[in-house]
Amino acid sequence: MNGNGATLATRPAPLGLLGVLATVGMLFAAFTAAYLVRRTAADWRPVALPAIAWANVAVLVSSGAAVEAARRTGRGPWLLAGLGLGVAFLGGQLLAWRDLAGRGVFLATGPHGSFLYVLSAVHGAHVLAGLGALAYAGARPAALGTASAFWHFVGGIWLYVLVVVSVL
Amino acid sequence: MIESSGHEGGHEAPRGFLRRYVFSTDHKVIGIQYFLTAVVMALVATVLAMLIRVQLAWPEKAVVAPETYVSLVTMHGTLMVFFVVSLALVSGFGNFLIPLHVGARDMAYPFLNMLSFWVIVPGCVLMLASFLVEGGAAAAGWTAYPPLSALGKAVPGSGLGQTLWLLAMALFIASFTMGGLNYVTTIVNCRTRGMSMMRLPLVVWTFLISAVLGLLSFPALTAAAILLLLDRHAGTSFYLPAGLVFGNETLPHQGGTPLLFQHLFWFLGHPEVYVLVLPALGIGFEVIAAFARRPPFGYRLSVYSILVIAVLSMIVWGHHMFVSGMNPYLGKYFSIVTVLITVPFSVLGLNLIASLWRGRIRLDAAMLFALGLVSAIGIGGLGGLYLGTATSDLYFHDSYFVVGHFHFTIGTVTFFGIYAGTYYWFPKMFGRRMDEGLGRVHFWLTVTSLFPMFLLMHYQGLGGLLRRTYDPTVYAYNAAARGLNLSITLLAFGLGAGQIVFLVNLFRSMFAGERTGENPWQATTLEWTTESPAPHGNWRREVPSAHRSPYEYGRNGGAEDFVLQSAEKA
Ligand code: HEM
Ligand SMILES: [Cu+2]
Repeated sequence: MNGNGATLATRPAPLGLLGVLATVGMLFAAFTAAYLVRRTAADWRPVALPAIAWANVAVLVSSGAAVEAARRTGRGPWLLAGLGLGVAFLGGQLLAWRDLAGRGVFLATGPHGSFLYVLSAVHGAHVLAGLGALAYAGARPAALGTASAFWHFVGGIWLYVLVVVSVL
Repeated sequence: MIESSGHEGGHEAPRGFLRRYVFSTDHKVIGIQYFLTAVVMALVATVLAMLIRVQLAWPEKAVVAPETYVSLVTMHGTLMVFFVVSLALVSGFGNFLIPLHVGARDMAYPFLNMLSFWVIVPGCVLMLASFLVEGGAAAAGWTAYPPLSALGKAVPGSGLGQTLWLLAMALFIASFTMGGLNYVTTIVNCRTRGMSMMRLPLVVWTFLISAVLGLLSFPALTAAAILLLLDRHAGTSFYLPAGLVFGNETLPHQGGTPLLFQHLFWFLGHPEVYVLVLPALGIGFEVIAAFARRPPFGYRLSVYSILVIAVLSMIVWGHHMFVSGMNPYLGKYFSIVTVLITVPFSVLGLNLIASLWRGRIRLDAAMLFALGLVSAIGIGGLGGLYLGTATSDLYFHDSYFVVGHFHFTIGTVTFFGIYAGTYYWFPKMFGRRMDEGLGRVHFWLTVTSLFPMFLLMHYQGLGGLLRRTYDPTVYAYNAAARGLNLSITLLAFGLGAGQIVFLVNLFRSMFAGERTGENPWQATTLEWTTESPAPHGNWRREVPSAHRSPYEYGRNGGAEDFVLQSAEKA
């Protein structure tokens, strides 16, 4: 790589972010593997996704767009909008849980429902982390690039999870 | 996001005992904190091992209760793998060495580093506390297979003890992940001028690959543990099948499969072996180079072998599950890739041996342990061939052959790496030397008890002796191999006694060892260009640059047979 003389002290943030994405990605890959194994059992009965799940996707995607606008323009209101939509997404996820529970689908009712709860909870934890990162970037704009990349990743993961639980 | 440290210096040494030694962000202090934590956990894990051996030598005395025995085995294994070897070797030496070796003033994220240590502390406390709760510590093996680990009432240790085990493991994973992120970013981004990847000391390569493997494989255990917690406490059926009967009550679970857990566990479990063994080999390379006064044989080949091992290690986990009823074709696949790993692994072992060729060998304690490490790789690898071949594993599985095998690999290779590293880098840690005479006594007491002990376990396994068995007298087919248990236990006591010599040497030398200068071993890598112990910020002057390979030994024939990596070319 670099030969003599060149300074190598480069910013560690991009690689650190890549490491985080890799390890979080593997977490969801592991859950996917578990899902694929478990769904072959005889007691697998698919549960219809709550209708609000799709509205939540729209909220999450617009949050990503707002954060992207904040990153490009450097304007605070966009970031606030992104944060607000992120919080709204979490609220929407809670409503989705209420919907499931209202239909008698609880955590231990059946395997598909169990995965819906587990995956959305684990994802929700990463959303919280992402909100924390965005808030931090509000105070220190230099971190916005990293925080927004993580936010897009968390959004992408949710789309992926939805595909898994609704198609497979 | 946490700010990265400046590499430009301007570091002020923190004042006050707390900031300096307790809540320190200095990678050297954190490395030593990890190391000392591992020493404490090692004491516990060794006492557990001795209790296990006492029970096996004199089963008729029933020194421990049957349910306690399985707790002892479980906690001995768990503590040794995750809270002793991982902490001392990867977290301890990794933290201490990486910035010094790559020429950085600290880790990329010093605060994250401190956090990683203070997350493992409650992890250790929870693990140890589980001995004190009702039902005692976890008893489902270090592998925590369901249903034993999933049913709260299966055995006493399946209760609160197992829950604490899972929580402590979660803290361990969190800590290890933070550490891994720091290792990768520090090694790649914080190298000093001239320190190209191919000029990194081999031990740094092993830390890098070990960290990457950890980041990619631990999430599988995280997922496995979350689902297990839910099966335990929320009534789900990820792992629990229908038809489980408890007392006279049929459990409501249905549809789950315990095999799912085994796959997830070993997806982590196998790479974890390499997470631990690779840095031990790395230490072997450093120490052998310094004490044979030769550059390690085949630097590039070793780097490539490490990379190949890393890739292969992620796709062989099924060799732990040959007897689980997997499709024979799948078993064949896992056999083949497992045997394939022995190719790059043998390359590393042979490179270590070839590094001695025509060396001017000095047999100090550090070197003795490095050589012991190489022989342990040989024996461990040989046993691994039999276990990696599905046909022979059908017989060996769950026997003492397996116990003997993994004690040579993750037990001996790693411990000898830790010992070699401790004797070698102690001067840089504390500015003093460990006592050489005691070091040799430690080595000879260790090898003369350890090698026969674990070899005899292989032999017991050939005779069919079952592992994790409280009382081997209850099964007639164990009779043949049982007779060796007393000898093995006496050897274990000898081994334990040998480690007391090490502990005495360690703590005495910290305060009363002979003082040393910058470079007591006349070694070449960057950590030897600063005073001992290394100051805060690692170099009082400017950070040295790398001007040559890390191993210029035996080069200029004069009084000094080495050239520091930081020495400018003439
Ligand atoms: C002090 C020397 C040691 C002795 C005498 C010793 C002895 C034993 C014995 C007899 C067992 C099997 C018990 C049974 O299956 O019933 C065992 C299990 C085990 N040991 Fe050690 N051991 C020692 C050091 C280590 C080290 C250094 C490691 C390192 C990583 C280690 C890791 C394990 C593991 C993972 C298990 C399996 C636990 C299980 O079955 O769940 N041991 N040990
Ligand atoms: Cu394995």
